[in-house]
Amino acid sequence: MLRMENVSKSYRHRRKTVMALDGATVDIPRGDFVSIVGPSGSGKSTLLLMLGGMLSPSSGRVLLDDQSIYDLNSDRRARLRKENIGFVFQTFNLVPYLNALENVQVPLYLAGVDENTQQERATALLERVGLEDRMDHKPAELSVGQQQRVALARMLANDPAVILADEPTGNLDPETSGQIIDFFDEFNREGRTIVMVTHDPRAAEHARRTLTLRAGKIVGQEEIERPSLDAA
Amino acid sequence: MKLRTLVWRELFERKSQMFTTFLAILLGITTVVAITNVTHYSEKAVAREMDALGANVLILPKSVTLQDYYSADIHNEVMSEDYVAMVLNAGIDGVDNLSPKLCVPVELPEKKSTKKFTLTGILPKREFPAKGIWATGTDIFSLPVGGCGTIEDPTATPTAEDKKALSRNRVIEDLGSHETLLGADVAAFLKTKKGNTLSLLGESFTVAEVLEPTGTVDDSRIFANLHTVQRLANKEGKLSVIEIVGCCEEISKGMVAKLNETLPDAKVVTVTQVVATQTKINDMMGKLSLIFLVIIVVVGGAGIANYMYANVFERRREIGTLMALGAESGLVLRVFLLKAWLLGLVGGIGGFGMGTILAMILGPKLAGVAVLPMPILAVWAIGLSVGIATVASYFPARRAARLDPCATFQEV
Repeated sequence: MLRMENVSKSYRHRRKTVMALDGATVDIPRGDFVSIVGPSGSGKSTLLLMLGGMLSPSSGRVLLDDQSIYDLNSDRRARLRKENIGFVFQTFNLVPYLNALENVQVPLYLAGVDENTQQERATALLERVGLEDRMDHKPAELSVGQQQRVALARMLANDPAVILADEPTGNLDPETSGQIIDFFDEFNREGRTIVMVTHDPRAAEHARRTLTLRAGKIVGQEEIERPSLDAA
Repeated sequence: MKLRTLVWRELFERKSQMFTTFLAILLGITTVVAITNVTHYSEKAVAREMDALGANVLILPKSVTLQDYYSADIHNEVMSEDYVAMVLNAGIDGVDNLSPKLCVPVELPEKKSTKKFTLTGILPKREFPAKGIWATGTDIFSLPVGGCGTIEDPTATPTAEDKKALSRNRVIEDLGSHETLLGADVAAFLKTKKGNTLSLLGESFTVAEVLEPTGTVDDSRIFANLHTVQRLANKEGKLSVIEIVGCCEEISKGMVAKLNETLPDAKVVTVTQVVATQTKINDMMGKLSLIFLVIIVVVGGAGIANYMYANVFERRREIGTLMALGAESGLVLRVFLLKAWLLGLVGGIGGFGMGTILAMILGPKLAGVAVLPMPILAVWAIGLSVGIATVASYFPARRAARLDPCATFQEV
């Protein structure tokens, strides 16, 4: 489903060329759950951004369902994200002046869904993540765990086939992290493809595969046995 | 969720920023609307005044100091009535109706005391040919001069309207030697009306007409036949002023200079010079309005642009998130432009309202004119306000639309 072919990303910083990603080749089939691990600055987020059509590579190709993403202009890439990709951010990135319900409505509005349907779907999604009693709360009025659950509901709004998560448990306590990772398992069982950048070994264990990055290079790929999760 | 929900909520999220930007637009538009409104009505007042003055050139004795156009002829200086003949014989283009006058003060009894009025001697057109030396100039009343229009036939029967309109026309067809025309204030003071008699300088006069109120010193004048006034005041052959209705076009072509050449011992002034002070004030207000307009465009525009740039910078993470969720650049552009339009629209409407109220309050105090609302200024104010806000916001909005969605991520 998602494929990177010999992708590199370099940029100039104080007259020096910095390689953010160096010749990465990855193939992520539909329904896969991949965790990307590695030290800070190793290129994990760069790889995730490139998979999401948000950062063009210096060389190589990124394909989604055999469509070369970066052969599209920025607006068509935005449409592609809207229709296929859901993002989850470490700091949730909720719009601070909108309440939980409205935050979940945003992707639906962007997709051109009418207001009534927006409300119905957003309500159902917030109920799914257990926030039916927090719909009119603004992000500042919610706990970090609740904020991340709002972000999960928002991510699901347009029923994306691909979920790209950038350290989704990075700001959460272990118990809340567990709840969020359980949601990821659930989404994966629904057939969604998940690529998750994480520093959390316990979160990484929930993936089917782990990619390890170091200094912009993929230095390891590991299949993870998770019989209990797959059976569930 | 709609576009306007996104914009509206964000506006009130940052209330202080929104308020200061809105205030800048509001005050700017208020100032321009107020000045423009007052200037407009002040200019109209000047135009009305000039129209009411009728005569637009005055020939006065050289030594007269001019304070006010309406009372320019009320002074003790006199000049020879030969000046009339000199003007007529000079054949100067653009000289229309001529009205030689002599003004003398008179006192009328008021219960236990007296009140001063001005007795103004005027020469009816019909009497011009009677004076031999002026006879050559009778054509001045029968021919169109310099394209100014046809002057009425002096032999035509005068009507009551002619007399009532004296203040405006400055020339009257006929006035008997012991007939008088009373200004509105004089008539009110004497409680007299048309047909009554009146004693002036020891002789009895019949009130031929009571003039319409003009709001000028003419309301306090008593008009009588020039020759009678000259005789009663022992100033035969003398005049206080010669009023001329000159053609504006000819005045601009140098009629005044020619009159000055013809009458080197007299003072020739135009109404334009007399109302010059007010015209100057109007011009100054017009320029002030223009300066404020420039200030608003520059300062207001820069303020809005600065606010928008800061807003884009503050919201880059939010914009990036919207883009990550699938927002296209056009939508981001619309979010910022709609915000600018909203600020511009409300600022324009508010500015028009406040500016109009300010003009209505200050107009009578500062410019001495009554000011009414000008609906056209609403269109102008809103157009200007929205225009500035749009232009000033376009580049920040475009920057937002071109933002790198990577800004949403912690680590790249």
